[in-house]
Amino acid sequence: MEVYLDNNSTTPMDERVKEIYCKAVELFGNVNSIYNLGSKTRKAVEQAYDTIYDELSIPEEDDLIITSSTTEGNSAVIKTFLHNFLSGSDKKHIITTVAEHSSIKAPCAFVKTFGMEVDYLKTDENGRIDIEELEDKIRDDTALISVLYASNESGAIQPIKEISEIAHKYGVFFHCDGAQAISKLKVNIKEIGVDYFTFSAHKFHGPKGVGGLYVKNGAPFIPLIHGQQMGYKRGGSIYTNGIVAMAKAIELANKNLDYVQTEISRLRDKLEDAIRKIPDTKTYVDKKFRLPNTVIASFKGIEGESMLWELNRRGVYAATGSSCSSERLKGSEVLEALGEDPEIAHTGIIFSLSRFTTEEEIDYVIEILPPIVEKLREISMTYAKVKPV
Amino acid sequence: MAKSDLIGGNIWEKYSKKVIQRMNAPRFLGEFSEEDAAKRNAKLVVADFGSEACGDAVRLYWLVDPDTDRIIDARFKSFGCGTAIASSDMMAELTIGKTVDEATKITNLDVEKALRDDPDTPAFPAQKMHCSVMAYDVIVEAAAKYKQINPNKIKDSEIVCECARVTRGEIEEIVRKHKVKTIEELQKYTDAGTYCKSCVKPGGHEERPIYLVDIIEDVNKKMEEEERLKPQRFEDMSLFNKIKAIENVLKNDVSSILAMDGGSVKLVDVKENDDKSVEVLIEYAGTCSTCNAAFLTLHMIEETLKDALKTNKIKVIQV
Repeated sequence: MEVYLDNNSTTPMDERVKEIYCKAVELFGNVNSIYNLGSKTRKAVEQAYDTIYDELSIPEEDDLIITSSTTEGNSAVIKTFLHNFLSGSDKKHIITTVAEHSSIKAPCAFVKTFGMEVDYLKTDENGRIDIEELEDKIRDDTALISVLYASNESGAIQPIKEISEIAHKYGVFFHCDGAQAISKLKVNIKEIGVDYFTFSAHKFHGPKGVGGLYVKNGAPFIPLIHGQQMGYKRGGSIYTNGIVAMAKAIELANKNLDYVQTEISRLRDKLEDAIRKIPDTKTYVDKKFRLPNTVIASFKGIEGESMLWELNRRGVYAATGSSCSSERLKGSEVLEALGEDPEIAHTGIIFSLSRFTTEEEIDYVIEILPPIVEKLREISMTYAKVKPV
Repeated sequence: MAKSDLIGGNIWEKYSKKVIQRMNAPRFLGEFSEEDAAKRNAKLVVADFGSEACGDAVRLYWLVDPDTDRIIDARFKSFGCGTAIASSDMMAELTIGKTVDEATKITNLDVEKALRDDPDTPAFPAQKMHCSVMAYDVIVEAAAKYKQINPNKIKDSEIVCECARVTRGEIEEIVRKHKVKTIEELQKYTDAGTYCKSCVKPGGHEERPIYLVDIIEDVNKKMEEEERLKPQRFEDMSLFNKIKAIENVLKNDVSSILAMDGGSVKLVDVKENDDKSVEVLIEYAGTCSTCNAAFLTLHMIEETLKDALKTNKIKVIQV
């Protein structure tokens, strides 16, 4: 059996989205052309735009720039403030969090090389930032606050609306990386009141290579990719089938939201309960602050990649926030931010479900997990040290 | 950067069959107790290296024949990724049958080579090389425990690149010999920094006490300083410095000789020619001015100047 539990990384395309995506390939006419073929494409794109605006409750006066991904949107927002700073603005300070995805951390590191300053807010044992700390960090020269909606690793959900209110109280722009939100939470842009919101279709059963960057009317914006398309805000030929498919994916995500929040959440809890029954194992973040599909667990004495390897051998695909499986050798920064010691941070495994995860699949994982843990702890020199005598 | 670097690959696909076999079913996994050692008339050695906090740690168990210092059996336990498990397994196997001293010669490179399916294809990708470096260190720890000495006595030099086992001395020698200025140039002559790359500069996989970029910079600075302090060639000196140098030699090396016979010499002028050679115009005083052997004295002065200033571009003329 194959069980895919790395949905916070990417998701399989919904069959209905796939169908629309493939059909829309026929709409090859350029939306900016004046002949009929272009008009046909334009209508499909306009319809997709209407759907996305409706599903995310985006006010009509605001912009939704279609991007290639959350990463592109995140870079565009951060570099907009770099551009302003280099153009003479005295606003040189960005506040973000230690739990951000690298698509925020990397451009933040980049703008620092030009003299901008970045503060990283800590997170508590539930992976959430402290609003008071945020307020304390805001300065006269703070240009932007950027906080992710929910963590791809811990699943911790941030108090986005509160952050938005604090930011605006001090006249600071607020960006939210919403890559993990759609399909797991109801996203209402108007209600949460952000200035920028970024997302990727492939995180909610849409195609890869297409995403969105919401920009509130009046918020500064400098294109990352120059050109005359999208009102001069993002150059390059419009990715018609990507946009059309993404609209369908958002529509289906919202339709299935209740199912994810109840049924998938139940399966997640079932898995989590089974994990917690294994000795010296821990899960993190209170469920009321956590995405309904995510469980992050640590298995004392077992290095993350060796666990992934054994799971993979049995057809289960999960993720590790640490190390050896990637190019880094550090433990999971998210687990460390949740208060864990570095040695435990190396043992973190993230299981993320989707609306296509079945009970049978979860039962299979629950069955294979204890013997894997036992085998790897037999190998472990460090677990031997903590084993009771 | 090249085509092969543009798409990140699955590191697992680059593992050799031998690595995978040992990840799945390590052959030397386990432990020995004092009872096991007693049954086999052996001495038990248990050594640890690495730490959980760094993501890799290994414990090595040896049974050593105290009469021959030969390792009769080995087992290991590991906290680490699959590559670390496979490397530890191979490391334990390689030590069996060797004396403790012979075992200390086993390096991570030997372990990696032993895990290859074919001699020309690495057993795992470069960034995983660091997972095998503990093999050497834990052997050294075990050997030191057996011999009851400090492990540093076994480690003979400071290793900067653990993956390729290149020492600081080797790197400094290469930088000096080939006037290396960059990492890329250094890597033409050594594998240092080509595997996990932690030792190249700060910000890599692991923190290091010294980085290759620092060594290259330090050695270049030292070489520049040495160059600066090196005595300047007479031919390259300015005319002013040439005159000063000639005056010094006349004062320190020539005057005392002439004074013994009651004579002396005075520098009248120094003329520089287009080919940077000089004509030193001198005037004798005292007994030298009337001496019949003045010609020989002139020759002596010219040879002394040439010798002291390491040049043959001096001609002394009496005026």
